[in-house]
Amino acid sequence: MPRLPIGAGFEGLVDYLRVSWRGLFSAIRAFIEVLIDAAETVISFPPFWVFAIIIAAIAYKRSSKGIAIFSLLGIFFVEGLNLWPATVSTLSLIFTATAIALIIGIPLGILSAKSDPLNAVLRPILDLMQTMPAFVYLIPAVLFFRIGQVPAVISTIIFAMPPAVRLTNLGIRQVPKELIEAGESFGSLWHQMLFKIQLPLAMPTIMAGVNQCIMLSLSMVVIASMIGAGGLGSVVLTGVSTLKVGMAFEGGLAVVVIAIILDRLTQGKSLKK
Amino acid sequence: MSKLIVNSLYKVFGSNPKQGIKLIKEGKEKDEILRETGLTVGVNNVSFEVKAGETFVIMGLSGSGKSTVIRCLNRLIEPTAGEIILDGKDLTKMDKKQLIEVRRTAMSMVFQNFALLPNRTVLANTEYGLEVQGVDAIKRKEKALESLILVGLEGYEDSYPDQLSGGMKQRVGLARALANDPEILLMDEAFSALDPLIRSDMQDELVDLQQKMKKTIIFITHDLDEALKIGDRIMLMRDGKVIQIGKAEDILSNPADEYVERFVQGVNRSDLLTAADIMVKPWTTVGINHGPRFALAECKKHGLETLLVTKEGRILSGTVTINEIKKAISEGKTTLHDITKEDEVSRISPDTNIKDIIELTLQSSIPVAVVDDDGKLLGVIIKSSVLRALMSERGGDNA
Repeated sequence: MPRLPIGAGFEGLVDYLRVSWRGLFSAIRAFIEVLIDAAETVISFPPFWVFAIIIAAIAYKRSSKGIAIFSLLGIFFVEGLNLWPATVSTLSLIFTATAIALIIGIPLGILSAKSDPLNAVLRPILDLMQTMPAFVYLIPAVLFFRIGQVPAVISTIIFAMPPAVRLTNLGIRQVPKELIEAGESFGSLWHQMLFKIQLPLAMPTIMAGVNQCIMLSLSMVVIASMIGAGGLGSVVLTGVSTLKVGMAFEGGLAVVVIAIILDRLTQGKSLKK
Repeated sequence: MSKLIVNSLYKVFGSNPKQGIKLIKEGKEKDEILRETGLTVGVNNVSFEVKAGETFVIMGLSGSGKSTVIRCLNRLIEPTAGEIILDGKDLTKMDKKQLIEVRRTAMSMVFQNFALLPNRTVLANTEYGLEVQGVDAIKRKEKALESLILVGLEGYEDSYPDQLSGGMKQRVGLARALANDPEILLMDEAFSALDPLIRSDMQDELVDLQQKMKKTIIFITHDLDEALKIGDRIMLMRDGKVIQIGKAEDILSNPADEYVERFVQGVNRSDLLTAADIMVKPWTTVGINHGPRFALAECKKHGLETLLVTKEGRILSGTVTINEIKKAISEGKTTLHDITKEDEVSRISPDTNIKDIIELTLQSSIPVAVVDDDGKLLGVIIKSSVLRALMSERGGDNA
């Protein structure tokens, strides 16, 4: 059997896109940079302790006292490791990536719940996005968007978006048929059906998707730092590559603390009625 | 006057339904068509008319096509062929916009499993139909509250559906349908998910409500008792076809074919069944020495027009009607002696054969009393207990 020229083809495609679509990629790059900067400005505006109190207050409102206290202590802990500036950088990257992933992912999920053909096309693409090792698209991302936070955001979006699409799709498909019939029988228009019946009933599942999306974004932090994302990931990466075990451990701990806070914050909503 | 006329309605499920209709018209049976083409015939040449203000019951076992028929009426399921004429206009030819208008104003549906939105309060659920029409908030709240009062749910506006019992949930379902003030109520097995006692109450209330509202109701059920209790006319379906349409009496006394006859057939084989076997407890009696006000309260409690009256030793004296009770109250009478009528109620002995009972129960609007030789009231026989006896004769096939 002759060797299939998939690799060569992919290289050719990347080269073609890089040259011919340069304008588009620079536009995307500029746009995402603006978003990251905005996120960073907002997050770094208050001193860390004000931020900690705000997060604790949200946690208290959404889930429980315990989580609120944990969030407060967690952010002080991160500051205590002198890692708050790195955390701000990581958070702005994650929020930008998650926001874009959700803005694309949730509508895609809604559409694929309504259209079986679209769903059939999307499924293998989502599989690919989720299982293709991140390193494989890290380099093309750099080729398109140059080194820095932008290719990191793009890679994170690719990896983190599938659960948002899948769970939105699932949530809407799980709405009982009788409720859809009820909506139709009272003469709902498509948007009334979507916003008054399907989305509210799918909300717990969609929120689980949002939660997954954030968690997966966080899990990309270290990998993304390899292409210049900075933040907590680069603390870990530097620690590992220079054999500073303690530094890597501290960076890793900070990632875990942030992960737990974000997870509980987003889960609290979906578990509560 | 006919409110709704359904002409030669067909529904074939599958990828090429028109082919299915061709095969039906060639005289092929449902099973053959399924085997040859994979098409499922859901509704096969169904025609009927529903009069304004009538309660029309479509009865059949599961798989008979009754639920498909009711969903064709508001086109939740698109009919494959046929006409559905509402007030002279053919629903099947309407475009999307006209159809939505019909769904919003002319027909409302009540569902077997209630289909309430769990994230909305009772009030917000009831408002749903008005909300999608764009009725303003004040007006729709007013209307929703009115219809909640109508179904006896005032005070529950702010509860959520999962805080309510099954019966109450279905009241919300009914209130939601009524809030739109539709001309036609489509009720799809509306009481089938309720337990028997609640179900019986809801049936009574629907009959009461219907007397006030005079809506046109199309009610789907698999339960013959229910069909007889609430239906002005009944349409029996099997395998997607209409077997018989008529009043309860017609269906029982002139079954159209052996399928219908199976409901009645029990009569011939039931020589052993007697009144004592099928009577139920006399649950609506008052003592003759009771005051008319108590009697009136009893009437209201049970939603009845007529009560059985007994004297000492549970000897049956006769019956009183609600109108006479009211008159007695206004005349200041303190007992029921003067107004009890002896002859209105049929009395039979406990060993009367079921054959003779059927005739009697069909003729009289009030239960038949079972009394012993001394005139003591032992029980009563209502239509549904006769039917239940006959149903169990034919093997309990009422799924």
